[in-house]
Parts: sequence; structure tokens; C-alpha cells
Amino acid sequence: MEFLNASVIPYFNYWIYVVLMMIGLHAMITKNNLIKKLIGMSIFQTAIILFYVSIGVKTGSTIPILEHHHDEGHAETAHAVAESGDHHAEETDHEKSDHGNNEHAIEADHGIDPDHFANPLPHVLMLTAIVVGVSTLGVALAISQSIYKDFGSLEENEILAKIKQGGPGVDV
Amino acid sequence: MIVPFDIIILIFLVITALISLRVRDLLGATMILGVYSFLICLLWAEMGAVDVAFTEAAVGAGVSTVFMIATIYHTRRHSSD
Repeated sequence: MEFLNASVIPYFNYWIYVVLMMIGLHAMITKNNLIKKLIGMSIFQTAIILFYVSIGVKTGSTIPILEHHHDEGHAETAHAVAESGDHHAEETDHEKSDHGNNEHAIEADHGIDPDHFANPLPHVLMLTAIVVGVSTLGVALAISQSIYKDFGSLEENEILAKIKQGGPGVDV
Repeated sequence: MIVPFDIIILIFLVITALISLRVRDLLGATMILGVYSFLICLLWAEMGAVDVAFTEAAVGAGVSTVFMIATIYHTRRHSSD
């Protein structure tokens, strides 16, 4: 029970990630039908994406979109920032150091705490991975159709038997 | 992130993955893979990755299901395992 509370529940995403990945790998290796192999590949890919998205999750965080709410305090600070910006434009001598301080002040005034938002970097990377996964699946299905046209079957053992006896579509 | 919701979706995810690999009828397997994709889309919306969630719903569940159905209609529907 202690193990369950300490290691399983807080890291449940990672446990399921490993389970799904092994289900996909097992399907890719042992299934006889080519379409079933591709279903396994699809599950494998989503398992990896699940791992990466789970890295970006923080407890008590929300979606990484910034709201524009203008209450009193924020309006004042925004005004102050604008003023100091003008001041900054007039005074060009100490640009480097002023700029650094100013940036820091903006960050503190707006009260944007990164702990309140999920980390968007893994999300953006995985957006690319989803598109790559679908294009991989498309190419693999096209090759499967071509294999079916040549060998009349999608079962791996039948295709291998036909290759062995030098069936149609075999150039070697 | 809502922990009970998370755990329920993850368990259903493993169940649908196993069923889609178990079913002999390839069209049925594809449909269950679509259910799997929508479940994982729900999981990502719940984990705060909304952009990934709607990409998965459009591309993962929509387009890849259509690709698979097209291939199954051009080849054979029955699988030996």
C-alpha cells in the first residue's frame, strides 16, 4: 500500500507509458498481419508522446495561455512601466544596465508565475511528432497496398513463403 | 491535472489498445484504434496540452483512421491473428 501511494499513483502516467510502449513493441514483433503491425506502431508512437507531455505537467497548473485581465494594480504598474520606458528612451547613456533592470521589473510586476502554467515546450515538440507519425503511417500503408498487389496477401508468413519459392513480384 | 480522471482514462487506454490488437476483424480494430486516439486526446486536454489535443483529434483520430479504412478496402478485411 505504501508502495502504491509513494511510487504508483504519483507516477501513473509513466507506468502506463511503459505498458503502452511494450504493448506496441510486442505487436510490432509478434503480429502476423501487416496492418496489425502498423496498429502496434501507432500505439508505440502515442506512448512516446504521452511520456513527453507528462514531463510538462505540474500539479495545480493550468493550460499555458496568458489571460489579459486589467485590474487596478496591474493598470498602474503598466503605466509605470510605460513611463520608465519613456525615461529610458531619453536616457541612452546607461542603456545596457537600465534595460536589464527594467526587464526584471516587468516580470515582477505582471506577477506571471511559471508554476501556474504547464510547460509548453514539450507540447510544441510533440505537435511535430504527431504529424510525423501520421505521415509515417501513410507511407507504411501505401507500401502495404503495394505488397498486397504483388503477393495477394498481407500475412507475413504467406509473403515469406511466396518470396522463398520465387513468386510474383520477386526480382531476385 | 485531475488525478482520478487521469487514472480512469489511462486504464481505458490500455484496455482499448489491447482490444484493438486482439480483434480479428481489421475494420473493427481500426474503429477501436479511433476510440484509443480520442481517449488520448481527452487525456491531453486534461493534462493542459490543448494544442496537442486538437491536433490529435484532427490528425491522429481523423486522418489516420481514414487512411487505414482506405487501405483495408483495397486489401483484405480479415486478419489471421
